[in-house]
Amino acid sequence: MIRELAILARHGHQSVKDLRTQPVSPLFRGRPVIAEGITTRDIREAAAVCPVSAINNDSGAIDLGRCLFCGECSFLKPGAIKFTNDYRIAVNDRGGLIVKPGADARIRLDETKVRKEIRELFRGSLKLRQVSAGGDNSCEMELGASGNVNFDMGRFGIEFVASPRHADGIVITGPFTANMAEALRLTYDAVPFPKIIVLAGTDAISGGIFNGSPALDRSFLNNHPVDLYVPGNPAHPLTFINGLMDLLGIR
Amino acid sequence: MDQPSHFKLKNNYPAGGVREIPISGYDDFYSFVTDGLKDEARHCLAYYGIKTQDSLKLYCFLADDPSGNIEVAAYETGTLNPVLRSAADLFPQLSVFEREINENFGVVFEGHPWMKGVRFPHNRRDKSKTMENYPFYGIESEELHEVGVGPVHAGVIEPGHFRFICNGEKVLHLEIQLGYQHRGTEDLFLSKNTPLQRCILAESIAGDTAVGHSLAHTQLIESLTGLEPGEALQIERCVALEMERIAVHIGDTAALCGDVAYQLGQVVCEAIRTRVINTTQLWCGNRFGKGLIRSGGSNFPLSEETAAEIIKMTDFVDRQFSGITECIYSSPSVLARFEDIGTVTGTQARQIGAVGIAARTCGMARDVRKTHPFQYFRNFAVNPAILETGDVLARGMIRKLEVRESLRIIRELLEVWAGKDKDTGKPDYSYKLKPGAFSVSVVEGWRGEIVHSCETDAKGNLVHYKVKDPSVHNWMALALAVRSQEISDFPVCNKSFNLSYCGHDL
Repeated sequence: MIRELAILARHGHQSVKDLRTQPVSPLFRGRPVIAEGITTRDIREAAAVCPVSAINNDSGAIDLGRCLFCGECSFLKPGAIKFTNDYRIAVNDRGGLIVKPGADARIRLDETKVRKEIRELFRGSLKLRQVSAGGDNSCEMELGASGNVNFDMGRFGIEFVASPRHADGIVITGPFTANMAEALRLTYDAVPFPKIIVLAGTDAISGGIFNGSPALDRSFLNNHPVDLYVPGNPAHPLTFINGLMDLLGIR
Repeated sequence: MDQPSHFKLKNNYPAGGVREIPISGYDDFYSFVTDGLKDEARHCLAYYGIKTQDSLKLYCFLADDPSGNIEVAAYETGTLNPVLRSAADLFPQLSVFEREINENFGVVFEGHPWMKGVRFPHNRRDKSKTMENYPFYGIESEELHEVGVGPVHAGVIEPGHFRFICNGEKVLHLEIQLGYQHRGTEDLFLSKNTPLQRCILAESIAGDTAVGHSLAHTQLIESLTGLEPGEALQIERCVALEMERIAVHIGDTAALCGDVAYQLGQVVCEAIRTRVINTTQLWCGNRFGKGLIRSGGSNFPLSEETAAEIIKMTDFVDRQFSGITECIYSSPSVLARFEDIGTVTGTQARQIGAVGIAARTCGMARDVRKTHPFQYFRNFAVNPAILETGDVLARGMIRKLEVRESLRIIRELLEVWAGKDKDTGKPDYSYKLKPGAFSVSVVEGWRGEIVHSCETDAKGNLVHYKVKDPSVHNWMALALAVRSQEISDFPVCNKSFNLSYCGHDL
């Protein structure tokens, strides 16, 4: 017993106090900033190195729904593209993930597009069912970590549950494999209304590096509206939790 | 025999020419495999087919542990519809490979005891075989019942389907159906063919093994291009690999504790793991080491400051993890759930070709870092922990022992590193692969041996890329482990292996 108490004492207080402002290590790649005066040549060269065509060849904008945050464009053009530490990059509008040259403001959720019932019903308690459809297990582990002793999203009543019947929505990871298409549909259908859909990780939002693979079936997204896009490779727990806080209207 | 039946090479050494692999008749190929495997010091690293215009070439790679050699033999079918004699009835470790060759190309293996789909890839030969009509083994009985679990599981994990046949609470048989995670990864290595895209694909094969798989890929590319990593870079790669091993082993210990409701163990281990992966993030900006391993160089050469932080992290882990594991493995309520649960025997492990911790908990000294060393492990002795009992307790305990050994490796390697020239350049994204060549690269990831192999054509383009995650062997170990166990012990058995779905399904 004394041994256990000693361990607990050394364990100390582990939970992140302020999930909004928790600092992360300097090299962490969050929201990019593209210099306003980026040259056409720099854009072309950066776009050519991008493994997932996340950089628009004409405008130089970076689509965070495609970006794998490998940072190669910023290594190539350090004067023109920088990745900041800002991990608050989840939005409810796909267009909100496009970062244009010159933009250096925080990415914000479009408040007008949040469905009324989401905040009315889920603000104090949101139960989610996770479905991995080809996820490489890093996103899944980060979602698991969101509920752990450090990030503790349970403080807002947000947690993952075992059954879709107990859930208020699903969180999808992975590029949507064809072999999971049926199970994904069944799981979503088993969640009672009203329900939300969250896409966690770049693979889920755009297919990521697997985009275009004949082994995928992304047709689920054709007729199911998405409530939150959480970019990242994988999505960082702070990105995920901040995104849900914004969606639910938690300060 | 007039000519040698096979070609010998070393792990991650300059690639061989494809023509150097002698093409045997099937009888010779079959005896190369079956005679080779009679020696228990050998096991099958990889066995796969490559389709040419109107024929198939089969390659089988055997690892000979005492000599550190990898032996490869080839057979060309001359037809697209060959009927061959199965070797899986003699050596069950070949079963999954013959199933895969059958699924991809339609090769009939006569005498194969369990011919079923492996992952239902998008380009499988017979599209009438689907995930939905998978032929589960069944037993007609009034007393027995079946329990289906998944593909979507209770936890936040990947999908796979588990079908139990039970007698009351007791599991008689478990069959595991995989394939849900199939993303077409191997083909993408050919179609997404910039060097950077390949690196990123490799680190996405299994995100929990981003370092292991990207290192296997990088070694493969380097052996096919003549790029030679400096000693400092080799050490840094080994350190990254051991940090990945530590992080996952501690996370798995947390999960094992969670499954038996030992909360102290769970939360303390979660916090220790966080410190480890945050140190990886400090080094390269990503908690899983994505972006850290690149061919020919590095975007994140280790700095003195980061090295000092890594040492601090090892001190922290040493103190905290040894303290909590003492509590875990002396708690009667934990031991009652781990001891003699989910036992795999040494014979079973050898038969199925178990690798990594699944092998080392059954008395098998199988560790690529020692037997087929790579990177700086060629100059540095690793002492793998070997346990005998093959139960959940052993698979938990070995994590504690391996964490301790990895901490030693990291500390001693960083001491060596301090005295090396730091001449690591930027990654090479403009390499040309040697034409008409093949190579094989093996890495001991935290689950076990990872094998990447590939072949180039006369122009140096990749024509084939093959990945083998250790899970390919070890899923069968899980199926065997739960036999005669209470079905309620399945979660803890499953966690004790923590196998990869996406690494298997590719």
